[in-house]
Amino acid sequence: MLTKRIIPCLDIKDGRTVKGTNFVALRDAGDPVELGALYTKQGADELVFLDITATVEKRKTLAELVRRIAKHVNIPFTVGGGISSVADVNALLENGADKISVNTAAFKNPQLITELANEFGSQCVVLAIDTRQEEDGEWYVYLNGGRTKTDSKAKDWARQGVELGAGEILLTSMNHDGTKQGFALDITRYMVENLPVPVIASGGGGKMEHFKDVFERTNVDAALAASIFHFNEISIPDLKDYLLANNIPVRKQ
Amino acid sequence: MNVAIVKYNAGNIQSVLFALDRIGVNAEVTDDIVKIQQADKVIFPGVGEASSAMRYLKERKLDEVIRELKQPVLGICLGMQLLCKHSEENDTPCLGIVPVNIKKFPGDKALKVPQIGWNNIYDLRSPLFKEIPQNSYIYNVHGYYAQDSQYTIAKCEYGIVYAAAVSKDNFYGVQFHAEKSAVVGESILKNFIAL
Repeated sequence: MLTKRIIPCLDIKDGRTVKGTNFVALRDAGDPVELGALYTKQGADELVFLDITATVEKRKTLAELVRRIAKHVNIPFTVGGGISSVADVNALLENGADKISVNTAAFKNPQLITELANEFGSQCVVLAIDTRQEEDGEWYVYLNGGRTKTDSKAKDWARQGVELGAGEILLTSMNHDGTKQGFALDITRYMVENLPVPVIASGGGGKMEHFKDVFERTNVDAALAASIFHFNEISIPDLKDYLLANNIPVRKQ
Repeated sequence: MNVAIVKYNAGNIQSVLFALDRIGVNAEVTDDIVKIQQADKVIFPGVGEASSAMRYLKERKLDEVIRELKQPVLGICLGMQLLCKHSEENDTPCLGIVPVNIKKFPGDKALKVPQIGWNNIYDLRSPLFKEIPQNSYIYNVHGYYAQDSQYTIAKCEYGIVYAAAVSKDNFYGVQFHAEKSAVVGESILKNFIAL
């Protein structure tokens, strides 16, 4: 049976993880390779590395970092952040990334999704959508790491993105992100039921129950979280044992 | 040990190289016919589309070279599909080494296509799966599958039961990404190298 995926997300700046971690097992809490390898050992199903480095010059170190990750991590990983061209993606895939995620650049130039899908296949193009529910009840697309509101609705953009060639949707609810109050069930369910590609729920996972809820109450394929894993508030083995005990299919090694 | 990875217009070759490196195996990515013929083991990876991959192989006569290989050959993902007879993906005649057809997953709301993620393999019967426990999890990304047949050496289920791995004579093929399937995948690669 295809299992539900648990995906830790690491934010990278200038080649280091930001926000830090409190793992005693790590010699260097800022090294994304070491942290990625630890999550892999603990049973993470996939990893996402989001590069938030601003300058182009420093972004060149990203390809080198990806290469180091690929050498040490034996599960699939996605790299995102600031990707805006076929050349960007080529450099990441050549260095061992399995998938890439696009966000703002794809919204500004939707054709990018098609170019990437044609060049590398839909299976490696993840469309990341940051969305916020406004007072009118609608979910709107935000860009630039959630700083810029658009007039587009997330439901429409997701559908269009898949038609253009995106192979997976990484859906982050800004209303829920950082709250640790649970995932956005309604918009996640809508996406899962209306899109022909897998959906990853992101934002709001704070307790093990939240993961159970999102998998039980929507047919979502994967759930992503960051700080709760970094600060060991939830360990991946415990989370998987808990989900299995609640009859949610997850991979145990 | 001399391991050749067939270089052609399909992705993910780098990941296979890294995975072999992790298990201490040096391999060379090459489209040099003599090097492929003389290798102790040949790995035929691939992520991509069947018809363009077949066209590329034929243009370089790699199709004939692969068919004639006598050493152990491991096809991975698209590589496995190309070892088979025919793919529904753009109605493509493949290498025809393993007489099995490649079909598209029908797909519905509950079962998305491609299948992406970790699924369990069972009915394992091949030295390729030596010491691999039944129902081990492997990582998949595919929209097409090999039909279950007498050449099946591992089964998997996604709406239907399909061949997660096939073999005939010296040819082996795995649909899943052994190079990305954590410790289980590394053990399978080690088993292949030890054949």
